[in-house]
Amino acid sequence: MTNPLLEVKDLVIRRGGAKILAVPYLAVGEGEVLAVIGPNGAGKSILLLAMARLLKPDEGQILLRGQAVTRGGDLDYRRHIALVLQEPLLLNDSVFNNLAVGLRLHGLPRDEVERRVKTWLERLGISHLARRQARTLSGGEAQRTSLGRAFALRPDLLLLDEPFSALDTPTRQALLEDLQKLLAETHQTAVFITHDLDEALMLGQRVAVLLAGDLRQVGEPGEVFTAPSDSEVAAFVGVETILAGRVTGEVDGLVQVSLNGRRAEAVGHAPAGRAVYLCLRPEDITLWPAGEVPVSSARNRLQGRITRLTPQGALVRVTVDCGFPVVALVTRSSAREMDLQPGKEVTASFKASAAHLILR
Amino acid sequence: MDIIWQGLLKAIQLLFSGDPEVMQITLLSLEVSGTATLLSLLIGLPVGSLLALGKFRSRGFWLSLVNTGMALPPVVVGLAVSLFLWRSGPLGDLQLMYTPSAIIIAQTIIAAPVVTGLTSAALQQLNPRLRLQLLGLGASRWQMVLLLWKEARLPLLAALMAGFGSVISEVGASMMVGGNLRGQTRVLTTAIVLETGMGEFATAIALSVLLLALAFLVNLALTWIQQRE
Repeated sequence: MTNPLLEVKDLVIRRGGAKILAVPYLAVGEGEVLAVIGPNGAGKSILLLAMARLLKPDEGQILLRGQAVTRGGDLDYRRHIALVLQEPLLLNDSVFNNLAVGLRLHGLPRDEVERRVKTWLERLGISHLARRQARTLSGGEAQRTSLGRAFALRPDLLLLDEPFSALDTPTRQALLEDLQKLLAETHQTAVFITHDLDEALMLGQRVAVLLAGDLRQVGEPGEVFTAPSDSEVAAFVGVETILAGRVTGEVDGLVQVSLNGRRAEAVGHAPAGRAVYLCLRPEDITLWPAGEVPVSSARNRLQGRITRLTPQGALVRVTVDCGFPVVALVTRSSAREMDLQPGKEVTASFKASAAHLILR
Repeated sequence: MDIIWQGLLKAIQLLFSGDPEVMQITLLSLEVSGTATLLSLLIGLPVGSLLALGKFRSRGFWLSLVNTGMALPPVVVGLAVSLFLWRSGPLGDLQLMYTPSAIIIAQTIIAAPVVTGLTSAALQQLNPRLRLQLLGLGASRWQMVLLLWKEARLPLLAALMAGFGSVISEVGASMMVGGNLRGQTRVLTTAIVLETGMGEFATAIALSVLLLALAFLVNLALTWIQQRE
């Protein structure tokens, strides 16, 4: 990556002698949204706090535009970033004043503060709450205020630590879509921490996988999910077929998706023309020898050629090229019965209900 | 029964007539205890904040010390201050013994641990992640502390009131280092002791009513502010 905004080099954090985080190298490009995923306890929040210089690493350094951040430069660095945490952590004051907090801390003039606060109240749809006391807000409203507070600063880097995990599903979904829009509109550079793969796919242009304090893989979502670097990443990720497509319509409650010229159906809702990811777990794909008519209610059938077989204990992971890679999981005996080999033509089928849609 | 009734009647008379001596005693009490409370705030706010927000190994020890200090017997404080201010004591040359300043010193020592301990508790009650959040928005350490004080303004106000309450009503230290000198170091509490001892119940009751009224008014102000929020 040329001219990354932020670099983390040789970062090591220890607690009680044990290494709890080790990141040899991680870069965030200007205007990029990097999603950091991992299970609970993987060290994601610790990484974020280290990136915010709120946690001193035992080893390693943080570089902003190539310049290492030194101890004396901490405050100056923190004025280039903005942090959004899982809890909104608003002050006992009005929504307006909460949005203004960061701006006032930075010493911006009054009229500029007012202008930016009004802009962001509107962009987040909370103008009507400006005079309300923060403690009377709902979870979603409070988190919108917290987002507004951070965005208003126009930080070089926005750091978000699972900002929506404490919210109910519909509120979370609405906020995710709004955040996706805002990040795109503002070209804001951001690092987004989550344990939810869907969120990572929705927001991240690149994904970094953190497991047990170790950075295991960094790459584009398709890359990480279809070619996980090791079995632990694969196990965490669980979804190995991610197909980029576009919605062509909706019929009978089923969304029609065009995938590189092939067609598939998925249960869900999305407007025509929308770019989506269609995600499949390997165990949801059934393989049939080519020429055989699949006896199942599965509406989706893709013809392809086997490119790779990877044994996995009593199972075999089969990669099929249908114009795009599709990964299926079959038992060893099934693989033997069907005489699955690289180069063999097969039909991969899956139910519309097994296809998981994510808005891109 | 008659004593009480007579006493109450004379007390009402004294209060409404605006007796100059009663007024002087009341004003001196306010001045002395008010000053002591302010000084204890100047000590207690920063020290309490340091104990709440700082990270150092002996923190637990100092917190325990402060909490113990909250229960310091005023007479013990009176004794300690007397030892220092006595003519032959280390600070005898300052000639502060039996002056209002001596009472202020003693009352500050009584109120400071109260304000410190309650300030520390008030700040510790705030969400610890709030500090991270404020720093993560570009606050300097000092800006963060100011915002935390603002956030904890109600319990901090309560700490201040508790400090005042602990000194406006104490008598031991005031008596020992003040000497209860008429027109000079006679405050409400020491005056009540004196008048009761002389059997002047009317005066004693009048002074008690004033003392209670002061305490009540201060609490009323605090409650009003709290309810407004």
